[in-house]
Amino acid sequence: METTNIMIVGVGGQGSLLASKLLGRLAMEQGYDVKVSEVHGMSQRGGSVVTYVRCGEKVYSPVIDEGEADYIVSFETLEAARWLSYLKPDGQIVTSTQQIDPMPVITGAAQYPDGLVEKMRAAGAKVDALDCLALAEQAGSSKAVNIVLMGRLSHYFDLPDEAWMKALEAVVPQKFLELNKNAFYLGKHA
Amino acid sequence: MKELMLGNKAAARGLYEAGCAVVSSYPGTPSTEITEEAAKYDEIYCEWAPNEKVAMETAFGASLAGKRSFCGMKHVGLNVAADPLFTMSYTGVNGGMVIGVADDPGMHSSQNEQDSRHYAIAAKVPMLEPSDSAEALEFAKLAFALSEQFDTPVMLKMCTRVAHSQSLVELHDRVVPTPIPYEKNIAKYVMMPGNAKRRHPIVEERTEKLRAWAETAPINRVELGGRELGIITSSTSYQYVREVFGDSVSVLKLGMVNPLPVELIRSFAAQVDRLVVVEEMDPIIEEHCRCLGLEVSGKDLLPMVGEFSQNRIAERLGGAVHTGTALEEAIPPRPPVMCAGCPHRGLFYTLSKNKCTVLGDIGCYTLGAVAPLSAMDMTLCMGASISAIHGFNKALGQESEHRTVAVIGDSTFMHSGMTGLANIAYNQSNSTVIILDNSITGMTGHQQNPTTGYNIKGDPAGKIDLESLCRAMGFNRVRVVDPYDLKETDRAVKEELAADEPSVIISRRPCALLKYVKHKAPLKVNTDKCVGCKSCMKIGCPAISMKIGKAHVDNTLCVGCGVCQQLCPVGAFESTGKEA
Repeated sequence: METTNIMIVGVGGQGSLLASKLLGRLAMEQGYDVKVSEVHGMSQRGGSVVTYVRCGEKVYSPVIDEGEADYIVSFETLEAARWLSYLKPDGQIVTSTQQIDPMPVITGAAQYPDGLVEKMRAAGAKVDALDCLALAEQAGSSKAVNIVLMGRLSHYFDLPDEAWMKALEAVVPQKFLELNKNAFYLGKHA
Repeated sequence: MKELMLGNKAAARGLYEAGCAVVSSYPGTPSTEITEEAAKYDEIYCEWAPNEKVAMETAFGASLAGKRSFCGMKHVGLNVAADPLFTMSYTGVNGGMVIGVADDPGMHSSQNEQDSRHYAIAAKVPMLEPSDSAEALEFAKLAFALSEQFDTPVMLKMCTRVAHSQSLVELHDRVVPTPIPYEKNIAKYVMMPGNAKRRHPIVEERTEKLRAWAETAPINRVELGGRELGIITSSTSYQYVREVFGDSVSVLKLGMVNPLPVELIRSFAAQVDRLVVVEEMDPIIEEHCRCLGLEVSGKDLLPMVGEFSQNRIAERLGGAVHTGTALEEAIPPRPPVMCAGCPHRGLFYTLSKNKCTVLGDIGCYTLGAVAPLSAMDMTLCMGASISAIHGFNKALGQESEHRTVAVIGDSTFMHSGMTGLANIAYNQSNSTVIILDNSITGMTGHQQNPTTGYNIKGDPAGKIDLESLCRAMGFNRVRVVDPYDLKETDRAVKEELAADEPSVIISRRPCALLKYVKHKAPLKVNTDKCVGCKSCMKIGCPAISMKIGKAHVDNTLCVGCGVCQQLCPVGAFESTGKEA
């Protein structure tokens, strides 16, 4: 298999580490080589964060560069737009429509751009946009946005649900498993 | 059995498998998880020391006693621990001792971009540099073996992309070596001039023995491919090179970066048409090649600054460069910010309002420098706030004494603030020091420290009382304030700045992200009352924004700290009454 490159982008504290853990586990269980690169420390404090997940027969670099991502999974629309140049020409964006104002917008030094989903499409990107926060709340917790996004991403992979569930069971504590399974399917079937 | 493992966790697994008995570290991104993960093994005694120097000396003591030991730190932490490092090189070890140091090229979470390899060279100790998690585990074990074989501490150098990337590792059982008995040996371990003079030649001989080892060591390996281009590389740069070129080039991959081999490099160079060194940060391998008289490229092609990546290498060495399409429109940046409910916010608002000159320090609170608070004038290194305010006030006298403060966190104060405070007490400057006591080491992800009362495992431990400590040092004016209470905080800052003697203010409230902290219900804005004056926007809270001329609270972020409520002239912030 050619290496598959997935970027998970969002705002520090939104739960991207669990999403990357799930994808890493899933790829490993399919017998692939995997690398996952994370951001810890200062950038996590409400800043723009990115996690790289790469899997294939043999993976060398732990990071994904411009023009290399098969998928960009985004917790927030501005973050999807920020990393757009990392998408392959035929790559797919899966994004939550949630809007979180960064500090320069809050202080009035900058404007949050309008119509980002349409602008990304106009730039040639395939964009799958959905209100993951509402779906997560429907599943029982606003914190489950990460798993709603994973459910949506599962659309694009030729893998049975059981494989995703097995990986989910391995990375989520038992008491939150049902909630996360619901979140996964709400995302998948939205 | 294979596992997908973070580089730092894999290094910790290496400590475990090598039979390491004692670990003492100070947290610092990107090194922290080595020690956190090691602490999960009951077979290893682990602790957070007050600073890296103490950690290294503790590990040295354990080595002297005959056990395998480890200390971990980030690159700048090694500056703090440099003193024991240089002389431990002379004494050598008894039980194997490994020093883990994690560099941060690109400065994801650091104040500078220094290259730790210089320390290995300067202190004349061997340094191993893994390029992924499997090597982090393997090299950690090898480091102990080398330490005992060559009688030297060994450095294990990580970088952000190795420390914080997960890749597959193979696990093995723990093997505890036979303990080496402690024997008194004054000539080896008491480093006074007469003994040190006899140890130095041993260090020089050891370096040559290690260099001979490096010539044939399996971790320095030649991977022959196309002969037109030969690349010498190490660490994560090796992965980028392979990603770009596959086996179309020849590679000399160095697992040991000090001392560097000579014959191995010469013979590799002889087999390729063109020699290039691919190394992040400083040209250390490149200059070594040049000293050998080899024709070599490196920093003439690749930058000294920042991280590498596959594209960055491909652009400069003639590989396939990938490109994507960006939006034409400018995307507003999203810098890190103080969290909603952060106890530091109320204090920095107060300092900003009082137009204080603020000498800062290292921690989450460095974010006090970010707009709109912009309440910081200087940040240098751990502990510098307190030492620098003393110098600032000595230089300017009354001109600055009544408007300048030093701010430092509880963990940073324990790390290296106390000695600066002793200088204020001893040499008597009228300085005002504010300890931001959020009862945890925040920035690195919630590690305990000597003021919290808990150890690395979360068990009860000794607890240093900051008030008593400051009083014992000779400060008569020591007061505690709650930074959520703006009036009280403002009064404390004004009074202590006005006082004619040095003082300490302890701004005390636990980090809002601590699990045990109970929050109030989120607030909401009564839009009938809100007049859109933007008073609440002065504190830079990520939960508050303006929506159609009125303030708006994001109830998924707000923890009801009430700081905005105290600023609102019309009482528009109301509780939602729903406890989180």
